[in-house]
Amino acid sequence: MKCKQATQLMSQSQDRDLTLKEKIQLKLHLLMCDGCTHCNRQMSIIRAAVKELGDRK
Amino acid sequence: MGKNTAHRAQESYRSEEVSAEQIAMMRDEMLRFSILQLRDSALAEDAVHEAIIAALSLGKYTGRGSLKSWVYAILRNKIIDVIRQRSRHPAEIFVEDDDMGLDDQFKKDGSWKKTQKPADWGHPETVLANEQFWRIFATCLNDLPKNTARVFMMREHLGLELKEVCKELDISDSNAWVIMHRARMQLRKCLEMNYMQGELL
Ligand SMILES: [Zn+2]
Repeated sequence: MKCKQATQLMSQSQDRDLTLKEKIQLKLHLLMCDGCTHCNRQMSIIRAAVKELGDRK
Repeated sequence: MGKNTAHRAQESYRSEEVSAEQIAMMRDEMLRFSILQLRDSALAEDAVHEAIIAALSLGKYTGRGSLKSWVYAILRNKIIDVIRQRSRHPAEIFVEDDDMGLDDQFKKDGSWKKTQKPADWGHPETVLANEQFWRIFATCLNDLPKNTARVFMMREHLGLELKEVCKELDISDSNAWVIMHRARMQLRKCLEMNYMQGELL
């Protein structure tokens, strides 16, 4: 799997349950790819930030 | 987290009179917040007015959080009402925005372009405690194309299930996944360009 597909899967994992095969493919890709590991973490930060809008201060 | 201690005292309010002045001071920010989600200033204004009327007619604010989060909870409900009403009388057909150059982030073979490869933003808590991050985040959200932003905010901010978003807007699951993905990737790119590169690298 390439980074482009990996990012699609990490995004979709926030919206639906990935299949077992997809989960394994994604996990294997993340193990060897820094860029995607960072991207995955960034998506969680973005998700947390959007939730917090309007609740700050 | 230290910055939160200042309004801890405020968080212990349980029941407090709500004054029109307090709410009026929040109005502009509420309007911006509402426009961000509805992308229609007339509808956004209606939602804010209804929220203000509802808050004032309740008269007393009760709860654990701040007055602000109480008012925004009311506003969010009004925004959801507007979205649901609008989808029952659709004035416009939902048009998917173009792909916003998502593909620019990757080489032809599907790996990251060198210049686009995501950086380490550091600890989520540190990022979310940074004022500069929030300012840039607001700009990046505003830069999302209209329909992408609507889907993204309905799902991520208002917390609707994607199924419901699809039903309200009459789009397919796979359309919605694509839209969500583009929104996340554009936000990521925008944040990285404007915040991370200046601040951390
Ligand atoms: Zn990768």
